[in-house]
Amino acid sequence: MKDGMRPSLPGKLSLHVPEPEVRPGGRPDFSNVAIPKAGSVRRPEVDVDPETIRDLAFSIIRVLNREGEAVGPWAGTLTNEELMEGLRHMMLLRAFDARMLMAQRQGKTSFYMQHLGEEAVSCAFRKALQPGDMNFPTYRQAGLLIAGGYPMVQMMNQIYSNDADPLKGRQLPIMYSARDHGFFTVSGNLATQYVQAVGWAMASAIKNDTRIAAGWIGDGSTAESDFHAALVFASTYRAPVILNVVNNQWAISTFQGIARGGSGTFAARGLGFGLPSLRVDGNDYLAVHAVAKWAAERARRNIGPTLIEYVTYRVGAHSTSDDPSAYRPKEESEAWPLGDPVIRLKNHLVRIGAWSEERHSQMEAEIRDTVVAAQKEAERHGTLHSGGRPSMRDMFEGVYAEMPPHLKRQRQQAGV
Amino acid sequence: MARMTMIEAIRSALDVSMGRDDDVVVFGEDVGYFGGVFRCTQGLQQKYGKTRCFDVPINESGIVGTAIGMAAYGLKPCVEIQFADYMYPAYDQITQEAARLRYRSNGDFTCPITIRMPTGGGIFGGQTHSQSPEALFTHVCGLQVVVPSNPYDAKGLLISSIENPDPVIFLEPKRLYNGPFDGHHDRPVTSWGSHPLGEVPVEHYTVPLGKAVVRRPGSAVTVLAYGTMVHVAEATAEETGIDAEVIDLRTLLPLDLETIVASVKKTGRCMVVHEATMTSGFGAELVALVQEHCFYHLEAPVIRVAGWDTPYPHAQEWDYFPGPARVGQALRDMMEA
Repeated sequence: MKDGMRPSLPGKLSLHVPEPEVRPGGRPDFSNVAIPKAGSVRRPEVDVDPETIRDLAFSIIRVLNREGEAVGPWAGTLTNEELMEGLRHMMLLRAFDARMLMAQRQGKTSFYMQHLGEEAVSCAFRKALQPGDMNFPTYRQAGLLIAGGYPMVQMMNQIYSNDADPLKGRQLPIMYSARDHGFFTVSGNLATQYVQAVGWAMASAIKNDTRIAAGWIGDGSTAESDFHAALVFASTYRAPVILNVVNNQWAISTFQGIARGGSGTFAARGLGFGLPSLRVDGNDYLAVHAVAKWAAERARRNIGPTLIEYVTYRVGAHSTSDDPSAYRPKEESEAWPLGDPVIRLKNHLVRIGAWSEERHSQMEAEIRDTVVAAQKEAERHGTLHSGGRPSMRDMFEGVYAEMPPHLKRQRQQAGV
Repeated sequence: MARMTMIEAIRSALDVSMGRDDDVVVFGEDVGYFGGVFRCTQGLQQKYGKTRCFDVPINESGIVGTAIGMAAYGLKPCVEIQFADYMYPAYDQITQEAARLRYRSNGDFTCPITIRMPTGGGIFGGQTHSQSPEALFTHVCGLQVVVPSNPYDAKGLLISSIENPDPVIFLEPKRLYNGPFDGHHDRPVTSWGSHPLGEVPVEHYTVPLGKAVVRRPGSAVTVLAYGTMVHVAEATAEETGIDAEVIDLRTLLPLDLETIVASVKKTGRCMVVHEATMTSGFGAELVALVQEHCFYHLEAPVIRVAGWDTPYPHAQEWDYFPGPARVGQALRDMMEA
């Protein structure tokens, strides 16, 4: 029986608790995920009346077809060189993830979260922004930093909490902060940054600036109250913000249906707020970029906010503290109908004659060397349990602009 | 100088701050066109325009969350939560975000916001228009917590708060908005018109954060108070004839320990009074600090007179509010101890 259609006995109520289609041991089944043909979804003007594109919240904008061709009205926002750069960013992020995952297993850091399968979302989005724009990311958008040219060794220093950690060892690994790279400080508290992004965008509008903001949230966190707060404020003040929902199907062990309920899609949540709401193939680098560019232009032209749902799949474990085989089939990611973002972009570039297997292998090797070199450099500054580390004095600094007397007393008690 | 109520002093602080700095923005529920349910922002939208002073959707987390984003951009938002009793939906944004932005980003992002909240009881506000949640903020590292007790301080402290580079929780005792209140609810209401601290400079000035002030010098006992209870303590000292030294803390975090310790070492006795409920209230922190720093000077146990450990009731308002009768009895008992 289909989810949501379970009848109850006449006269008695029963509680509906959604379940994923398949659990461990079962055969992965995505037959209920409707995948429109690439190129089949129209591309409206950026100043379109949101009421006239409500259908876009229930479809999926896709550019790359099965044959690796870029088709339809959303194609053509990137040159071949830009696409090759995008491929490199995604491969860098994947290689970085792999090294840091291993570093965690080796005890060099306490914690890590990878992006496996979601590389296109943050990497392609970043290329649709301009210098000065500000992202309010979650813990799973490091592609914004990689594609923005942030030094990888700095990311590793943060992960290792070593003596070169830009955050002085105060933050859990991967909770980066990089103002100059348009990357707001990551918080452990889910969804808080979503409404802050709206505030940042409102500030930019108050000051008649030209910069825009982007908020990020996962499918599970859309259930948090701040998701609602962000949509209300964005809608009311027409803030120049792009509200991104990365639907990777899973919130730790909880399938997306628990957060989504009966709404059909996460994009559909935006419709009630009058926001133009688009759904896009999150594993299609070209589609992600095209949609992000559309929304950025809308925001920059002061037309208003846009909500975008990226349909993707969390291939890896939630974090290094998680074992997905306890709640979903091991082979599920292979059955995911939107495939792998790296392979799809690679196939496209090969298809158009801009790339080859040989060049791809070369780049893989070059990227591996780059990441290993960065790791060596970072480890010269120490890892969590060995080598250089932030000072104990750093622990007391930065709570306030000026240290109040009680903290000075405590620092003295601590003997530093 | 001009005669001002606390409401007018707060409005004047906002006016002066907005006039001096284009980055100061003011918003909250009913704050814009209408000028606030307590009139604290009256006329500001008209004077500075809709993008500097505006109404918001009813969502406290949204108010504080957007203010944090604006601060990260570079503005200095001064926002209003209509009643301190309604700050709870914003508690996540205040404690986990505003308070920690500087620390967790190593100064990459900072949060120079001020959150104004009418607080305290004595107005038949019942359970959700009377609360004093200051202890829920003083426990949070990264915040500063301010409670003025008169118009002069309200303006000077609010300007300091807005100019402060870190987040400030600014609790306004609404019972003091229109006049001082010493807890004698059965007597006619007084106004700020004849009170010396109702005399307020019209221009810019500041009262420093983190500095207490001795309101009534005395030698017999030190009374630590803030907000409405400062007036209750002063009146009780006069009525009982006990020569109490009344200290108005003004800022709870960071606390002016120096002034407190100097006074208790002089008097040898200390009493803490606050409207908030007793258990784990801010008074507990004060008592602990006084015994730690003044142990050998104490001639009696440090005691607290506070709201009972119940939700704030409606009909039993004056049985709940720690008025002059309870404070006076506690003072007499203490002097006999």
